[in-house]
Amino acid sequence: MVAFTLNGEARTLDVDPDMPLLWAIRDVIGLTGTKFGCGMAQCGACTVHIDGVATRSCQTAISDVEGASITTIEGISGKVSETIQAVWAEMDVPQCGYCQSGQIMSAAALLAETPKPTDEDIDSAMSGNLCRCATYQRIRAAIHEAAHRLEA
Amino acid sequence: MLQFRLKQGAVQPTRRQFLIGTAATAGLAVGYRLIAASPAAAQAAPAEAQANPFQAYVEITPENRILIHSSQFEMGQGSYFGIATLVMEELEGDWAQVDVIGAAGNTGLYGNLAWGGAMQGTGGSTSMTSSWERYRKAGAAARSMLVAAAAKEWNVPAGEIEVASGVVSHASGKRANFGELATAAAEMPIPNDVELKPRDRWTQIGAENLKRYDSRSKVDGTQTYTIDLKMDGLATAVMIHPPKFGAEVASFDPAKAKALDGIVDVIQTPRGIAVVGTNMWTALKGRDLVEVKWDEAKAEKRGSAQIMTEYNKLADGPGAATARNDGDAASALTGAAKVVEGRYEFPYLAHASIEPLNAAARFNEDGTIDVWGGHQMPDLYQMIAAQIGGTTPDKVKLHVMKTGGSFGRRAVADADLIVEAVATARALGPGKPVRVQWTRENDMRGGRYRPAYVHAVKAGLDKDGKIVALHDHIIGQSIMGGSPMAAMIKDGIDPTSVEGAVNLPYAIPNLKVELTTTDVKVPVLWWRSVGSTHTAYVMETFIDELAAAANRDPVEFRLSMLDEHPRHAAVLKLAAEKAGWGTPLPEGRFRGVALHESFSTYVAEVVEITFKGGSDFTVDRVVCAVDCGIAINPDQIRAQMEGGIGFGLGAILQEELTLTEGVVDQENYDTYTPLRINQMPSVEVHIVASDEPPTGVGEPGVPPIGPAVGNALRAATGKTIRKPPLIKSLSA
Repeated sequence: MVAFTLNGEARTLDVDPDMPLLWAIRDVIGLTGTKFGCGMAQCGACTVHIDGVATRSCQTAISDVEGASITTIEGISGKVSETIQAVWAEMDVPQCGYCQSGQIMSAAALLAETPKPTDEDIDSAMSGNLCRCATYQRIRAAIHEAAHRLEA
Repeated sequence: MLQFRLKQGAVQPTRRQFLIGTAATAGLAVGYRLIAASPAAAQAAPAEAQANPFQAYVEITPENRILIHSSQFEMGQGSYFGIATLVMEELEGDWAQVDVIGAAGNTGLYGNLAWGGAMQGTGGSTSMTSSWERYRKAGAAARSMLVAAAAKEWNVPAGEIEVASGVVSHASGKRANFGELATAAAEMPIPNDVELKPRDRWTQIGAENLKRYDSRSKVDGTQTYTIDLKMDGLATAVMIHPPKFGAEVASFDPAKAKALDGIVDVIQTPRGIAVVGTNMWTALKGRDLVEVKWDEAKAEKRGSAQIMTEYNKLADGPGAATARNDGDAASALTGAAKVVEGRYEFPYLAHASIEPLNAAARFNEDGTIDVWGGHQMPDLYQMIAAQIGGTTPDKVKLHVMKTGGSFGRRAVADADLIVEAVATARALGPGKPVRVQWTRENDMRGGRYRPAYVHAVKAGLDKDGKIVALHDHIIGQSIMGGSPMAAMIKDGIDPTSVEGAVNLPYAIPNLKVELTTTDVKVPVLWWRSVGSTHTAYVMETFIDELAAAANRDPVEFRLSMLDEHPRHAAVLKLAAEKAGWGTPLPEGRFRGVALHESFSTYVAEVVEITFKGGSDFTVDRVVCAVDCGIAINPDQIRAQMEGGIGFGLGAILQEELTLTEGVVDQENYDTYTPLRINQMPSVEVHIVASDEPPTGVGEPGVPPIGPAVGNALRAATGKTIRKPPLIKSLSA
């Protein structure tokens, strides 16, 4: 039995302790905004926040999140995240959209930590998130724009 | 016969009749829908057979929703948005009302007009070409029916009624929304013809500020893909595929897996073993416990290095077939003042979409089968699902899901995913839905790659530096061979092997393109921009090298050979001008240019790189000019150019799929390495203003980026790299 907080709600799960958090979130809890892409922390599609830190849920065993506070794309809130989502939609960043939950989770963690990121900061924070549609130029522009709006 | 590639002038206008009626099928909202009676077969069908709300282009519900049934598949390229734009231009609805869903199961309605209408499918960047007239007319007919209903109800002349932003109104103050008029509109006389708006009245087509209607669902996690399907009792199956292509299951022992709690079944399908569990993790654990013995008698056991060696031997000899033969290239080469030769090698490439491949199926008690997935070739998939399911196509209901990429991978002639899902669901029995979910490793090792190719190229210049002859011999596998598209192969030429070379636009008096098609059991497929992925690299780096040999400027040299091709010349000039071609660059910075037409869209790209020595360089800037006829969604054209450039750049820099003794070496993104954000150049896109009919943009951004970078590297190093991936070649 593992107890944790998910999107502000207390949860307990009785599953295989080795089950990756990704599959617990998707298959057991039923929140499907967090995506499966590679299963080995290479693509970032499964990125969630664990105690505020952008983390690959495919490489996090459910037994390791005891007592943790987890946020998924469905649960992000607050000025930073909402600004990022708004800018992302306004700038039509997504193409297929599949990686974008993970992109947004990484971008939100970046802006929470670094309110005025440089291109280098963005590359460093976002290079773990693959986008096969290569929407990178708009991702970079959207992060700068969100930072700009949050500063105002 | 299937006409898979777009031919100029191949698009026939849809017939100008629409069938209107109420969608009064039990349990469905009453509304109305339009069916273009394009093929005779659809016209002859009994009315009841057509009274299916899923067989429509535009549906307006009493709830005031505009439901657009898209013949074209959505994989991120924006075809749903493009089609909705065409409908909305004529219908004058409100974008907040719009939903687009994937349609399937009626070739007469949804057949791709760029392929002659004989088959529904998405590919070859044809979605806008096929939809241009069809969906504008559907929107216009719907609008005219709504207006007619309002005119009758309000007792005013139809000509006095206005429609704007989803509101139908009259100067008398009468107003109604679409939903309020929908049921009455369905009773109105069928318009025999509809007049489309002239260009000067367009408000949606070409609108710079028009945003995709579906972006919000992609930033809050609510858009659902096949992997996100939920239904009662849905099980997850993971696959065990043969380790070598062509191997078959000799025997397998499911006992240990079946003993695991949560494993539902272990099923042999025609394509491997499906391990079915109550969820993904359980299925994966069960998969580890299944022991399979393989029969490799018919398997491909060559490695990619051996395949390349064999291709190079073939390249030394004459081609097996001739795809283009102008003048006498051999004689002209003999008489040339200067001869340049090159041998190019291209590796296999994987599509590697981030959503790993999947499909779901359910057999129902009434004998029907539901199949969910990325149905990029729905007619074929319906037929194959019926064969595997032991029934007829009319019993197969396809649910077209949006997918997390495709790049061609979801258009597979033998319907690999559908076969696995339907075979597994059939074994489980009625009422037991199952989703087959490939892992990344299944996806990477599952075949259907961009084929490996060798090109042996030779060209001659005369004493004035003019190209007098060019000879290209292409060696590689056929994509269409052995598939239902094999009928497209004429005189030994698979058009997808030679496209981009046979239509070389430059005025070269003696031009010969030969093809030798090889027999290798590594499954191959179209990969975003297909033949142009390799032919553009060869032709555009070679032309650049010839320009250098002739001591000519690469842009001016190309333009001197493009008198007969004004659209090519125009994009080249535009890109060169916007990029500041010819202006000085800081030390260590170099430019490269490339020009290529694919799928009737013309693209030129100028890159700037910073070269630091060895294999250390960055691609900093790309200026792209595109002519795709009428620009339907300008910002989406830019998005597709940006994305195509990133997709093509990753491939040319660092993607390579190799095999050792028949086994694919790469399993995941650690060793197969698409472009990441830190490698993305800044991209600016310039769209040529045009009155030509619209063509596609999904693929044409890809071909020029590789050779443009190759040419910039030649400017930096003096050498053309003939063996992509470039970083590996520079490191060697």
